[in-house]
Amino acid sequence: MIETVSLSRDFKVRGTVVPAVHDLTFRVGAGEFVGCLGPNGAGKSTTIKMLTGILTPTRGRALVAGLDPARQRKALARRIGVVFGQRTTLWWDLPLRDSFELVRLLYKVDRSRFAARLAELTEVLDLGAFLRTPVRQLSLGQRMRGDVTAALLHDPEVLVLDEPTIGLDVVAKAEVRSFLARLNAERGTTVLLTTHDLGDVERLCRRVLLIDHGRLAFDGSVAELRALVPGQESIEDVVAHLYLSSTPAAPRTPRRTPDADPPIVTA
Amino acid sequence: MGDYLLLAWTWVRASAQYRTSFAVSIISSFAINALDVIAIGIVFTHVTTLGGFSLREVMFLYGTGGVSFALADMLFGNIERLSQHIRAGTFDTMLIRPVSPFVQMAADGFGAHRIGRLAQAAIVLGLALPVVPWSRAWMVPVMIVCGVVIFTAVFTLGAALQFVLVDAPELANAFTYGGVTLTQYPLSVYGGQLVRGVTYIVPLAFVNWQPALYVLGRPDPFGLPGWLRFAAPLAALLLAGVAALAWRAGIRRYRSTGS
Repeated sequence: MIETVSLSRDFKVRGTVVPAVHDLTFRVGAGEFVGCLGPNGAGKSTTIKMLTGILTPTRGRALVAGLDPARQRKALARRIGVVFGQRTTLWWDLPLRDSFELVRLLYKVDRSRFAARLAELTEVLDLGAFLRTPVRQLSLGQRMRGDVTAALLHDPEVLVLDEPTIGLDVVAKAEVRSFLARLNAERGTTVLLTTHDLGDVERLCRRVLLIDHGRLAFDGSVAELRALVPGQESIEDVVAHLYLSSTPAAPRTPRRTPDADPPIVTA
Repeated sequence: MGDYLLLAWTWVRASAQYRTSFAVSIISSFAINALDVIAIGIVFTHVTTLGGFSLREVMFLYGTGGVSFALADMLFGNIERLSQHIRAGTFDTMLIRPVSPFVQMAADGFGAHRIGRLAQAAIVLGLALPVVPWSRAWMVPVMIVCGVVIFTAVFTLGAALQFVLVDAPELANAFTYGGVTLTQYPLSVYGGQLVRGVTYIVPLAFVNWQPALYVLGRPDPFGLPGWLRFAAPLAALLLAGVAALAWRAGIRRYRSTGS
């Protein structure tokens, strides 16, 4: 469902080329639930942005739902749902219901399918009480449920979430998590999320990708991730240990061939 | 097209939430632009011609350039706010929708207040129309459409530049707002070098000057070839093509923001 081959993106910062994502190769099958971990600035968001067509890769390629995100961005938009925890795609001054109606029109979703899907999501995510409230008056938890709904109204095969639980309280977090688990189990939607919340990973992800300094540092199950650092009790400690033991890759000059910096750990 | 109207209408509804600000902005935009006209009026209380053109003829130039610019600004001018959207990260959310980001940017924040400038320019053009002979009136809608395309292309070029220089929207303003001021007077009041520049490099002379020479039956004061007065559609298409390529190159180069 998601496939990348040597996916790379450089950024030019004051004349030097900084590789934000370097030689990323992985596959995510249909129906998988994958969590993407990594310290701040590791390249998680850059990866997500390349997979959703926001950023064009410098080298390598990606295929999502059989489409090249950079070249077939509009076609891809109809097949995937994207949620940014840090910013909303809803219309600030309009009632939540109107944002959904706009999604229906922009994604050209059939009216009866839309009605059925919205009714279902309203029930599961408990949106009934604030469908007519302007988005600017919603709490963060309500807004996030609204954003998740907006991303799913066109019934995408893949759902990509960038820090969906950031800033949410325990209850709101639990609601979003149980919803995502259900979506994945019942509809078979492929889910890829980035997070700093290891609760998300433990409760939801059957597979973890650890990105560090723009490289794939680990790819395996949560149990395998734990096994990497024996003697650590919590998953937090395991991940902290992995983040701390990583070494930065030096910025490259444009023409030099990429050196084979060994990944920190492999499963 | 459908998507544009849909988004524009949504923004009008959203902005209707702030009714007072809506009324104030429509009135102030009308008033600011009316000052321009008063300035021309004052000039003509002292002289009878400006660069060899009568008051009505100058009003014709002002009106056609103004209407073209006001339409381009109303429909697509918001594209120049790209750098704000890049910095706020909202451009990312436009790229994940199945609608061209150009259309989303153009419609973003659409408000009826943008009609203020258009109304004022249209009134001036209406007053100037008696100078247009019937047999040459067909050129008026042609020049307005070409003008809209040229100004939109200039807006788009300015926006495309912001993909590279996020902090440089002002540079683009020199060509858009500077451009409209330039087209509001007969180019014969400017120097020959400038006129050649806006004919062959940034083709602002085709917004109204060249076609107006035909409409008003005037020889070119700078002696440029006569076929140029019919070249507005060609100039508009060329510039639109360049702008479209620049926009696409800009999207490929887009860097987004951190996080």
